[in-house]
Amino acid sequence: MITESDLSCSGLVRRFAGHAAVDHISLDVPAGTFFSILGPSGCGKTTLLRLLAGFDRPDEGDIFIRGQRMNDVAPNKRPVNMVFQHLALFPTMTVGDNIGYGLKRKKVPAAERRRCIARVLEQVGLPGLENRNPQDLSGGQRQRVALARCLVLEPTLLLLDEPLGALDLKLREQMKIELKHLQKAFGTTFVYITHDQSEAMVMSDQVAVMRNGRFDQVAPPEVLYREPATPFVAGFVGDNNRLAGKVVSVADGLASLRLEDGSVVHGRLASEGLGPGALAELYIRPESLVFTGADSPAGFSSLNARVRATLFDGANSRVEAEHLGQPIFARLPQDGSAPGLVPDAHLPLAWDPALACVFGVGSL
Amino acid sequence: MNASAGRLSLWLLLTPFLLWITLLVLVPHLQMLRVSFQVRESWDTLAWGLEQYQNFFRESYYWRTFLRTGVMSLFTTFLTLLVAFPIAWYIARLARGRAKGLLFLACLIPFWASELVRTYGWMILLRESGVFSAWLQALGWADGPVEMLYNDVAVIIGLVYNGLLFMVVPLVTTLDGLDENLVEAGYDLGGGHLTVLREVVVPWAMPGIVSGCIVVFMLTLGSYLTPNLMGGKDSAWFTEQIFTQFITRFNWEQGAALGVLLLFLSSLIVWLGLKLSGQSLRKVMG
Repeated sequence: MITESDLSCSGLVRRFAGHAAVDHISLDVPAGTFFSILGPSGCGKTTLLRLLAGFDRPDEGDIFIRGQRMNDVAPNKRPVNMVFQHLALFPTMTVGDNIGYGLKRKKVPAAERRRCIARVLEQVGLPGLENRNPQDLSGGQRQRVALARCLVLEPTLLLLDEPLGALDLKLREQMKIELKHLQKAFGTTFVYITHDQSEAMVMSDQVAVMRNGRFDQVAPPEVLYREPATPFVAGFVGDNNRLAGKVVSVADGLASLRLEDGSVVHGRLASEGLGPGALAELYIRPESLVFTGADSPAGFSSLNARVRATLFDGANSRVEAEHLGQPIFARLPQDGSAPGLVPDAHLPLAWDPALACVFGVGSL
Repeated sequence: MNASAGRLSLWLLLTPFLLWITLLVLVPHLQMLRVSFQVRESWDTLAWGLEQYQNFFRESYYWRTFLRTGVMSLFTTFLTLLVAFPIAWYIARLARGRAKGLLFLACLIPFWASELVRTYGWMILLRESGVFSAWLQALGWADGPVEMLYNDVAVIIGLVYNGLLFMVVPLVTTLDGLDENLVEAGYDLGGGHLTVLREVVVPWAMPGIVSGCIVVFMLTLGSYLTPNLMGGKDSAWFTEQIFTQFITRFNWEQGAALGVLLLFLSSLIVWLGLKLSGQSLRKVMG
């Protein structure tokens, strides 16, 4: 076993009434990493986090933190702290007492405690707020107090349970960046769970995409985005267009797909064992679709869509088009060079086959 | 027109409340206060004076019973809190669905019978020829019949039993609102069971604890039946003396003075309790 990892789990299983909420999960988080677990609600990510925190026990498998087996260690004895979804700041204590609570349990003397509290408040950008009540703070400030309360204890591992969910959009964007900086500044290993892919992508060094109690893929955000391992990851992480068809031929890692209308398109083969005749789906991202005139660049696949509407959203402006009854989104060029996109106009779109992924239908 | 109609309906709604407060609370107490300062000089002449209050302080039996009642009531209240807290915790935090309702009902059922019946229930258990005594003999732990009635312990058992529901209800209400995550955070940050109880749970439940304690304390201090039936010669309760003055001696003036003193004592202790726990009556009574 590699000693450098702060957290490693092997074969974790947690069943509720016969249903496995966490189903044979193994993971390895190197020290100082920002590790996110991304998944839709009900995928078991909260259950997994509670196993790590010690509020729940696995039915099978082991949890090691810095090489120490944690299965039978009570939550208050683990070098792990948690930022709760609704923060769970103690409403009957001041900010200072909230942060001092854990230090007191560690028997830190009062003078030292005051210094620690002042220092950590400074680090999270809330100097001098010791005597305020948590209820009197803004959402973002409360967030920082909840972080400070854990970080002051210098845990090996900090668990975060969608703490940004309650914030409004603007503040959430800001806190995302701040959390990433704080993690780097403290050097603590973060395990962050979220259903918001943008949070996971922006902040993380590694992201695990979770579904039905299992990890579909564990990879850095960019790999996840560019080379999704499963159709679920391709659909869940970022926007994607999906074209259904039948495999005609496979060569050099490229698959040719015949669509319903008879046209043939190409994409990188992403699932194994896909032969001619198999049903497959091609995933292509909106920004990979280029607007072409009559002739597309050499080697590109193309299709003819029909414009439905343009959706202006600044840098993220898209055109909604239709192809064989299915919606297709393509990103509008930033220079405003898009051809006349009046509704019902023909819209020829093309893409580099290397940027598209082909998965077999039914392959998971 | 509209405004006057609104005012009329407001007065109509307020009338029962005002009648109740005035006729049943204000008038009798003011009357009691007045009577307590009247000294009977002969059979038909009354004068103002402090004689009844002087009697209270001069006669050690009065003020000793007074203090004893106060201290025992405080102790009973504390004991009720200790017994009620785990029950309330179980009902509020651990019981689910049907079990929750049934447990609540189990707390409530004894109160369908009158206090008299409940007290006699305890007497059947505790008396010399009672159930517990018989069991002790059957088990061979006692040679002869054991008398467990007519002492302070019996009185306190009866009083705790009578107060239990009034402690459990406010505790369940506050503990119900305690976010499970707060308890988990208490453990997560390194606290043991006792720490979490002391630092997280009790401060949160304080309004419920205080309101339960106030109600139980007042009920206990003013109870008459239980101490009278279950207590012995040496466990006199202050309400029994008030009863004696009013009914046996027909000395209304003395009875009124003792009543006013009891009211003063309960108000004082409740006020002290609120001050010490840092709660306000408004917060506690919701």
